[in-house]
Amino acid sequence: MLELIDKYWLYFLIGQYPGGPLGGLVLTLILASLGLLLSLPLGLALGLMRVSPWRWLRLPVTGFVYLVRGIPLLMVVFWAYFFLPSITGVKTNQFWTMLIALVVFDAAYLAEIVRAGIQGLPKGQMECARALGLPYLKAMRCVVLPQALRHSLPSLVNQFISTIKETSLGYIIGLTEVSFIANQINTLAFTKPVEVFGILGLTYFVLCFGLSRFAHWVERRMARQGLGGRISTKPAA
Amino acid sequence: MIELQNVNKWYGDYHALVDVTETITSGEVVVVCGPSGSGKSTLIRTINRLEEIQGGHILLDGRDVHDPRLDVNLLRAGIGFVFQQFNLFPHLTVVDNCTLAAVQLKKMAPAEARERAMALLERVGLAHKAQALPAQLSGGQQQRVAIARALTLKPPVMLLDEPTSALDPEMVGEVLLVMRDLAKDGMTMVCVTHEMGFAREVADRVIFMDQGAVLERATPHEFFNHPQHARTQKFLADIRSPFEHGAA
Repeated sequence: MLELIDKYWLYFLIGQYPGGPLGGLVLTLILASLGLLLSLPLGLALGLMRVSPWRWLRLPVTGFVYLVRGIPLLMVVFWAYFFLPSITGVKTNQFWTMLIALVVFDAAYLAEIVRAGIQGLPKGQMECARALGLPYLKAMRCVVLPQALRHSLPSLVNQFISTIKETSLGYIIGLTEVSFIANQINTLAFTKPVEVFGILGLTYFVLCFGLSRFAHWVERRMARQGLGGRISTKPAA
Repeated sequence: MIELQNVNKWYGDYHALVDVTETITSGEVVVVCGPSGSGKSTLIRTINRLEEIQGGHILLDGRDVHDPRLDVNLLRAGIGFVFQQFNLFPHLTVVDNCTLAAVQLKKMAPAEARERAMALLERVGLAHKAQALPAQLSGGQQQRVAIARALTLKPPVMLLDEPTSALDPEMVGEVLLVMRDLAKDGMTMVCVTHEMGFAREVADRVIFMDQGAVLERATPHEFFNHPQHARTQKFLADIRSPFEHGAA
């Protein structure tokens, strides 16, 4: 085991870099972080459209969410990697393919989480904000969302953890993320599959567990402050 | 001045407001009462357009409230509305609840908004709770904050939708006193309430509604002592304690 780690740790961590493309755990982390960073605002926007009072905003997003929920992520990856280039004629890079697939897929799920958070609030909150004279979007931003997102935090974290694990599907299109590298190491080491995949499993577990604990810490911190982060009452720019 | 002209509202087939015509003059305090489901809340919610109407007109100082071209946010900023369930924003402190509209809507400097909010909280006797979160207040205190919040944009009109109905009995008084102070200051008020003591002492006029229509309008004295309509007489008898007059 130690011999294995000693021999392959750098490969596991960064792949063939700097001799070849960046890979391994670092690539997984970059993919997951970018996935989170991009899918959250997109999911938020889609979630807002999904509860919007205007039908022409609501319907397409509802259709999109139903579509994405109805197909496995692997299919989305395949489509993005094989199907899209055949139409556009542009060969897609594995990293961008995987990132776009992740963002599209997770945004649909995040949109549903955001929707549930918003619709779970008492109707009186929006109504009261509107009665004060706040326009719809301002009421959403200052009154509804700060509460809704706080209530949704456990579900959001759940989705983020899924995102980390979903990056492993990059393996299927030859993206050299950590699962791909682990498989390479397994082939090289030949007789140590238990150790290799044990370490891989542990790596994912540490990442996800770390995120869970971080979320737990954030939740407790917000609980101590009463009901969550205070929003700014500074004038909007 | 609020003028309701033949206001009609339907929820599907249900005729919620039936030909309501009423004029509320500046500085007048009007109490709206009636059995549950009679359309009282619906009526005051149409005045700041929380509910749409299907027929008639509502004029506030001559402007048609339900005119689609009217800026509804501007209209609402000029009408204080107090809900039965207080609806304080639980993620904001008491003072932030009161500054939100001024800062976000009127672009008032936070310090100035704060000063104004503190003056209003002082007025409802809760300046010492400015930094508390709504969850740390009693129901009566929350409703007093809600009244202060509704006053931050200095509306000339206040609408109160059963402001004491969700309160424990011992907290009703503190809220009614705040409301009486408002009335004394010349605020135009339309208040849906079952607090007949408040109606008797503070109201200029009592409106009685049943099944979406206004059945009777009178001064409190006339209303309580000489109710005209049979339905009004029954209502007044029903809301009396059953333990009075040996009824039980």
